Amino acid sequence: MSKISDFIGVSARKNVEEAIAKAHAHESFHALLSLTETRALERADAVDRGEITGSLAGVPFIAKDNFLTLGGTTTAASKILENFEAPLQATAIEKLEAEGAICIGKANLDAFAHGGSTENSAFGPTKNAVDQERVAGGSSGGSAVVVALGIVPFALGTDTGGSIRQPASFNGVVGMKPTYGTVSRYGVVAMASSTDTIGVLASNTDDAALVMGVMSGKDTKDMTTLPDFFTPTILEGKKKIGLIKEAMTDDVDPEVRRVTNEYIEKLRSAGHEVEEVSLSLLKYALAIYYIVVPAEISSNLGRYDGIRYGRRADASRLSELYGSSRDEGFMTENKRRIMIGSYVLSSGFFDAYYLQAQKVRTLLINEFNELFQSFDVLVAPVAPTPAFKLGENTNDPIKMYLADVMTVPASLAGLPAISVPAGKNEQGLPIGVQLIGKRRDDALLLALAKTIEENA
Amino acid sequence: MVSPEILDKYDMTIGIECHVQLATTSKLFSGADNDANGKAPNDATSPIDFGLPGMLPVLNHEAIVLAVRAGKALNAGIAHVSRFDRKHYFYPDLPKGYQISQMYQPIILEGYVEAPLLDGTLVTVRVHHAHIEEDAGKLTHYSDFSLIDLNRAGTPLIEIVSEPDIHSAAAAKAYATELHRLMTFAGVTYGDLYHGNMRFDVNISVALKGATELGTRAEVKNLNSFRSVEKAAEYEFTRQIERLEKGEKIVQETRGWDDASGKTSSQRSKEDAQDYRYMPDADIPPVVLSDEDIAAMQAEVPLLPAYYRNNWKTLGLDRSVIEALLGNQSYAVLITEIQKSAGDDAARRVAHWFASSVTAGDEETATIASNFAPEGYSELADMVKKNELSSTAAKEIFIELLTSQASPRKIAEDKNLLQESDESAILAIVDEVLADPASAQSVADIKAGQDKAIGFLVGQVMKKSAGKANPGLAGQLIRKRLEE
Repeated sequence: MSKISDFIGVSARKNVEEAIAKAHAHESFHALLSLTETRALERADAVDRGEITGSLAGVPFIAKDNFLTLGGTTTAASKILENFEAPLQATAIEKLEAEGAICIGKANLDAFAHGGSTENSAFGPTKNAVDQERVAGGSSGGSAVVVALGIVPFALGTDTGGSIRQPASFNGVVGMKPTYGTVSRYGVVAMASSTDTIGVLASNTDDAALVMGVMSGKDTKDMTTLPDFFTPTILEGKKKIGLIKEAMTDDVDPEVRRVTNEYIEKLRSAGHEVEEVSLSLLKYALAIYYIVVPAEISSNLGRYDGIRYGRRADASRLSELYGSSRDEGFMTENKRRIMIGSYVLSSGFFDAYYLQAQKVRTLLINEFNELFQSFDVLVAPVAPTPAFKLGENTNDPIKMYLADVMTVPASLAGLPAISVPAGKNEQGLPIGVQLIGKRRDDALLLALAKTIEENA
Repeated sequence: MVSPEILDKYDMTIGIECHVQLATTSKLFSGADNDANGKAPNDATSPIDFGLPGMLPVLNHEAIVLAVRAGKALNAGIAHVSRFDRKHYFYPDLPKGYQISQMYQPIILEGYVEAPLLDGTLVTVRVHHAHIEEDAGKLTHYSDFSLIDLNRAGTPLIEIVSEPDIHSAAAAKAYATELHRLMTFAGVTYGDLYHGNMRFDVNISVALKGATELGTRAEVKNLNSFRSVEKAAEYEFTRQIERLEKGEKIVQETRGWDDASGKTSSQRSKEDAQDYRYMPDADIPPVVLSDEDIAAMQAEVPLLPAYYRNNWKTLGLDRSVIEALLGNQSYAVLITEIQKSAGDDAARRVAHWFASSVTAGDEETATIASNFAPEGYSELADMVKKNELSSTAAKEIFIELLTSQASPRKIAEDKNLLQESDESAILAIVDEVLADPASAQSVADIKAGQDKAIGFLVGQVMKKSAGKANPGLAGQLIRKRLEE
């Protein structure tokens, strides 16, 4: 893996050319959907001429293909946007470019970020960076793999229910899902508006903090953004840490539990106090998530209708045009979520499902708040297992959803959470540990993880 | 046709939903121009209006201010917390697949409108609530294709939902008319009905008098004039009674109005009604307003029709004159200024001039009036009072004054319209006329008690003075001479 500092103060053109060469060398992983070589080299030359400067001048990166970028397509790994070329860029991309960073391409994902394995990409799955027989995780699978393979020092992802953290864990990289509202969602293909977050995957916590510092802050184009609070920090004092016991039951892979416990021991030996705590509503988190999120998905995907842009099916009637365009343009998992979402929002069911789920979501938030009265940080595994085999869960959506159980609670509560490499199982598959913090404690989580990173 | 006796057995009940386009500079959720007049299709759009992937709504604060002002005009409370929701359906003029509206927590709470009928009685219509929402775009259909114009997509609207408190077509028209006045006077909308700035959906049902339950309602959608609101209500009243009298049932449905034929026709029944799958819009934080915020926004609301009606009581104007003046806020403001500066008498005269210009169907007057300085009109009224102008001449100068910056005296002089009110000058002409043999018959008639005959003599005096003699004064002087 590479570090941001390796790319600073050297030839930007060389950085970009090497990154693109590495991308070509690793095509078998199918981590990338497109390269924006022409634009990237133009920007690199501008950096080398001193026309573009900044804290990330000449540093190549890759964006998940649900970020609107110039110089190529933005497909969201879907057929319906297969040829879509954005006329503008996401705020996150603009901010990185303003600091001189160079986007060299777009990473694979589950279509519209629906999934946890990147197998739902309309253009084929991404392979795990460590074992090509296994999934990359998802939905930001491509972003995790390009970092793990050292193609670029960091990649952008989105995390709605674990889509940065879980692939980070599966590929052994750092993944940061910030507090809801930290980074503008403007120009990022929406999945679920109330839990979508923009974050970063990197080889180490310092780089994650650097990139987060650049991307975060109030954006007048996204009313849900928070005033800038993210400042990279160093850990001061000892922290009180809670290990979520409901996330450490027998349902969780023993190797995952072993690695988590080893991480806990490292925290203890660093002087932090770790106690087991109960997040009793964890068991409802998936149920809440798979009502609220499909509801928002069914709404946010309404605009892909084949009328103004994107794939349009041959049709003789309007209803047929809608039906066929969406049938051809969406993957099975997209359709499943649209169906569930439409159902829970339909008149007569709204109160029983959507409203009820939102009420329980509030209870979950309250329970987190209570825990944070006594604890600074919570710890849990990222996923119940290391990376599973390609195709292992594709016919069992429920099993696939169950893999999200540890990551969705922080998403529903809008809390910052990171996945940091903590160890490997006997087969050498990476296993990450998740740190969850109070709202706006994003930088603290990275600082805490850094102390263990250095001890490791 | 149903006989009046049968119609008389029934009552109608009407509730009206009124969409009002807000006069904001930009759209409800984007920076695109809210005024598409004169623009090519899709020129007044942004990526947000276009529903591009990754676009997010940014709430226009000006729309909130205008809605809060509308709340004052509707005598309504304003919610301290209101929220936006999504209403889902698929149609090519709806770029996002949903319309952003306020389903659960609207910004304008309960209120009421007092609308005057022609006889002066007030119809009180309660307002259930009013919410902010975005308009859709426009489709134009051709033989085998349709074109989409998104210029109107995202235009801010408030939808004012009344209680079913209206029980006649005349009251429906009065309510619609008064809403238009309230919204334009409050500065909430430009109120251009021709361009659809205000559109009315009329829900109407009929039931036998004394019935405890309302009948099944039909909704006539998209009416864009007060007259069509009245006519559609009248038509539906008769249509529904005809059906009931034949033993048929009223279907709950949406109906369209055809202005040319004066008829409504079925568009879609309740069975076809869509499930809009309303849900909160997580992209837009709640709108939180303190009492101070609301007071500050409403402090800017100009005077409303009720104020003028009350203030003009001392002028002794006919209701029709008052309502005609209230058809244009500028007139109302002007008359009030004249009343303040020049008194009731001058205000009354100017009011009548304006009202006659407007009620005569002279819509042009309303649009061409550009001079709203009270001084000229006051001076004109004063000249009439002092007998310097005939009423005909005064009206002529008034029309001129509407678009002119010249003083009325200057206009009168230029047009040679000043009356001769100098007694000795007129007396000389009177003597001349009386001496004329042609006047002998009239003189004799008058002396015989046929007072009407004086008209001929006055006419002669006017003729000899080239129309400048004050006719009243001429009449007085003729009588005086004949009595001598």
